[in-house]
Amino acid sequence: MMYSPAIIAEAVVNGLMTGAVYALIALGLTLVYGVLHIINFAHGALLTAAMFAVWAVYVAFGLDPYLAILPLTPLFFGLGYAVQRFVIGPASHGSDSNILLVTLGLSIAIENALLAGFRSDTRTLNTDYGFQVVELGPLLLSKPRLIGFGAAVLVTVLLWLLLSRTDTGKAIRAVAKEKLGASLVGIDVAHVYAVTFGLGCACLAVAACLLMPTFYVNPRIGQAFVLVAFTIVVLGGMGSIPGALVGGLFIGVVESLCGLFLGDSLGQIGIFLIFILVLLVRPTGLFGAKA
Amino acid sequence: MTLRDIIPIILIVALLAFLPVFVTANTVLNFLVFTLIIALTAQGWNILAGFGGQFSFGHAAFFGTGAYAAALLQVRLGINPWVAFVIGAAAGALVGWVIGYLSFRSGLRGSYFALVTLAFAEVLRILANAATFTGGAAGVLIKLDVRPENFQFESRAAFFWIALALVGAVLVLTRWIERSRFGAQLVAVRENEAAAKALGVDTLRVKLGAITLSGAVTAAAGCLYAQYFLYVDANIAYGTWISVEAILAPIVGGIGTVFGPLVGAVALHGLGEITKLAAGSIPGIDLMVFGSLLVVAVAFAPDGILGLLRRFRRPAQPTGASRHA
Repeated sequence: MMYSPAIIAEAVVNGLMTGAVYALIALGLTLVYGVLHIINFAHGALLTAAMFAVWAVYVAFGLDPYLAILPLTPLFFGLGYAVQRFVIGPASHGSDSNILLVTLGLSIAIENALLAGFRSDTRTLNTDYGFQVVELGPLLLSKPRLIGFGAAVLVTVLLWLLLSRTDTGKAIRAVAKEKLGASLVGIDVAHVYAVTFGLGCACLAVAACLLMPTFYVNPRIGQAFVLVAFTIVVLGGMGSIPGALVGGLFIGVVESLCGLFLGDSLGQIGIFLIFILVLLVRPTGLFGAKA
Repeated sequence: MTLRDIIPIILIVALLAFLPVFVTANTVLNFLVFTLIIALTAQGWNILAGFGGQFSFGHAAFFGTGAYAAALLQVRLGINPWVAFVIGAAAGALVGWVIGYLSFRSGLRGSYFALVTLAFAEVLRILANAATFTGGAAGVLIKLDVRPENFQFESRAAFFWIALALVGAVLVLTRWIERSRFGAQLVAVRENEAAAKALGVDTLRVKLGAITLSGAVTAAAGCLYAQYFLYVDANIAYGTWISVEAILAPIVGGIGTVFGPLVGAVALHGLGEITKLAAGSIPGIDLMVFGSLLVVAVAFAPDGILGLLRRFRRPAQPTGASRHA
């Protein structure tokens, strides 16, 4: 099957735009991994919760999803902070496999609480800009997805600046490098862990706001994103922020092209094959340091 | 392994075998068979994760392989269901060995191993959902033909006894692992892989043995599922739900113990039914309780229900705390 270059180019650009939001989701995951050295299995469920929050404030107060970034980002930061500080941290007794299990338990609990509360119906937002397009040369691009792309890149840069230029960022990097040493020089490690987890959740809140104008939400939606996010994180190198951005864009394009050539039902298989291959051949990823 | 080691197993299985004499309601028998299938699935997980310390998050890969093998061999190739059952379990062992060989040889462990198993299960799910041989998204329906030689029975009690016999056989197998040299090496790998290697344990071989056995046991549960419900589709067979069930029961019952998975499966699904009775049929309410329970179990009862019982019997010995400190 052959497609004209214009169709392929459009698939690539669409993939890049989706990929930027994937990158934002993966950013939260990779940040938490880089500092706490844990895989947060609750990431997908927390994304679902954020998407429902966007939907809920739209329905209840008519708040535009892009404006919802302002209240929801600090709210999810606080939520993430509390979850790490008061649930994951104390419950896992510092053992890695326990953290895996605790975050898995959280993910099941959150996802099914949403299912019990909202039922399995799929919900969408009807904004008046949802279907607007922007003409860019020969390409027709969806306006909300273009906004999503720009905002996701902006948040990545902001997070990068936060980590490299502020005292909080310095503390986070110190804990990531050497936990014991950091605590010896007076850094409150439990606090830094919780801040990091909060930042990861804040990324999810932004991603949810950017997704909702063009996407839908149901209680299981997070699962679809979280495996893609794992792939990006592994591909880009666990803990690497530029890796998450590049990996996200790459995976977005792969998914879009696989969907074009293999059809929707097989489209995702390309992602998982890359995932397994990277894990087996180079588990440190393309940008990661030696584990 | 001596006779004394398996006396408790024989006693418990014999006691359970009398249940269908007292309960004849189909709903209760359904519940019991389903719980035993979950227990069997979890017993498979417990061999690899409980004894070997390798946390798989994708045991659906084995369960689904068993379920699909059992269904497809009889529907598409006309093979006798009993033979299909054995081949299904063997297919699970093979899938286990392949996944194990690929990931253990690459040195994957901990979170990485959890992720790669999850990805393998997802790949199989997507393939089974798309291929025409597996019936695609519509799944496979096994024709109703109630004859014992066809692995289909008039009474649900027969299925209960078969499931119970399998669970009992795996209890004995697990006890044997616990007492054997292989089991000791497996536990050594769990506790400190580098040290085990330094002492001359062929860690790759031990881990491969564990994942192969684990795959066969969980696949047998999948075969049983297909044979009981006479229907398989990709989201049931390879769905995340079964990977989660496989993890939950041993954690709640007592990870790395012989009876943990069975106790956990009974406790969880008993509690699930009670929750549904109390809260009405709100979707997801039972799983919400399960998820919270997983967090609570890891936080307060790292050795599960059996650990709590042991602590209750001998309060002087803090069994759980030492290993997890």
